[in-house]
Amino acid sequence: MALLNFKRRPQNELELGGRQRIEMDQSDPEMTCPNCRKSSPSSAVWQNFNVCPECGYHYRTRARQRILMMTDSNSFSEMFTGLRPSDPLKFRGYKNKLEAAGAISNEEEAVVTGTASIGGINTALFVMEPGFMMGSMGSVVGEKIVSLFEYATDKGLPVVGFTVSGGARMQEGLFSLMQMARTSGAVMRHSDAGLFYLPILTSPTTGGVTASFAMDGDIILAEPGATIGFAGARVVEQTTRKPLPKGFQTAESMLEHGFIDAIVPRTKQKKIIARLLKMHTGNKAEDL
Amino acid sequence: MSKTAYDCVKIVRGNDRPTSIDLIKGMFTEFVELHGDRRYADDAAVIGGVGYLGERPVTVIGIEKGHTVKERAFRRFGAPMPEGYRKALRLMKQAEKFGRPVICFVDTSGAYCGVDAEERGQGEAVAENLVTMMGLKVPVISIIIGEGGSGGALALAVADRVWMFENAVYSVISPEGCAAILWKDAACAPEAAESLKITAKDSLKFGIIEEMISENNLGKPEFYQELKTKIESELSELSGLSVEELTQKRYMRFRSLGRFERSE
Repeated sequence: MALLNFKRRPQNELELGGRQRIEMDQSDPEMTCPNCRKSSPSSAVWQNFNVCPECGYHYRTRARQRILMMTDSNSFSEMFTGLRPSDPLKFRGYKNKLEAAGAISNEEEAVVTGTASIGGINTALFVMEPGFMMGSMGSVVGEKIVSLFEYATDKGLPVVGFTVSGGARMQEGLFSLMQMARTSGAVMRHSDAGLFYLPILTSPTTGGVTASFAMDGDIILAEPGATIGFAGARVVEQTTRKPLPKGFQTAESMLEHGFIDAIVPRTKQKKIIARLLKMHTGNKAEDL
Repeated sequence: MSKTAYDCVKIVRGNDRPTSIDLIKGMFTEFVELHGDRRYADDAAVIGGVGYLGERPVTVIGIEKGHTVKERAFRRFGAPMPEGYRKALRLMKQAEKFGRPVICFVDTSGAYCGVDAEERGQGEAVAENLVTMMGLKVPVISIIIGEGGSGGALALAVADRVWMFENAVYSVISPEGCAAILWKDAACAPEAAESLKITAKDSLKFGIIEEMISENNLGKPEFYQELKTKIESELSELSGLSVEELTQKRYMRFRSLGRFERSE
């Protein structure tokens, strides 16, 4: 079994875990696409929404980069800052991991929340941060998501959310599990108020986030090639002891099986989001 | 020496421990089992139906592990498929329509892990249950009777009251899974179990459950009698609330379950 694992290639980005560099360093003049292996000038990749101009591979994208790409300029106003994870279980190594995550991501936690306008329409917005423990959901992520949905419900705003998450953050034990229930409750109240929620699933969206607010949208979009699932691919493979079907747990497979509404490349997302917001808010979007 | 967290894990995985079927037989009368999710299939890992708890008609849903090897294989060791959660969802909505309270028994190491489960939307099935249970207009009591494994357990535990049997465990990830991911060694499971704070005592301390049920007479008639009385009295209290009060309290119950610091 050990040898098998050694020889086996990782199935998706999540399995690569911390070993894979988060593609974000714009100081490099060139970026080599992990998919087609071709190099492109960083500026060309950036101008193409962090998508490889050669093959369309979607580079993993930081929360604040995404906010820049997806919202009208200078429209983002951040909310619910100043929340920091505690270590309720005194879990071995958690404090150090948090410190490292803060240093790597330069973020307080794994989600950024606030309001913005997209195509001229005001919306509440959350964007998860892959650089902070792969977007794992602990109490702070839960609190920020819940607060955002409560705010949006109160103000009659739609919610647009970009998910990227390895799932619940096990270092916070049951508190992280409870975030699934908390966030679901807040989404339910927002929905009961007749308001629109549009999650966009990016790679990877798995575990407790998939099994709560990622799948609760009125309309669910995903990025091409994104890993989307509940149980980890390796766990499934080891449990069933059978090779996984091609394309298992991809956005394309989720579409085929009827669990998402559409796959939208990043270059077209802002336009589609604005269009959907317009149809669900009665506002008139600016032409994009 | 007192029991460790991993001792509890071993106890609740034992095959002579009362399962959901035993609890139903012990406490409910005129039980009628109801099958199927009306979408795809009937999942043997989840049993559900209607019956009387004392004078009161209720909907009962339980994750069933079985006792014998044959039963356990049939029940998939209590690991529900998406259709199991969708059966539970259907029965909860039915309970809401007819104004019956819902009693859930949770005993699973987790939602079933497999290609078919993923392709039929395990994540979506769990997510749907969380939302629906949060807004359910009738009282819900969930009791973790053995293993409370992650999202697969929570999908039947968004309730007004959540109780745990004394030796039951409730965890975001299995101790083996946690040890394998964090320390690359499943043999560290006992240590992981300790670190994850998965016992009923821990859950009680953290305010994640309301009550810990003593296992002194577990499986004996007096155990069932006592538990039945307890559920009945709790249901009487919950039935006195208006729908708004009930759902607001349930929302706030979970709303408060986070631990973080606020910095300026």
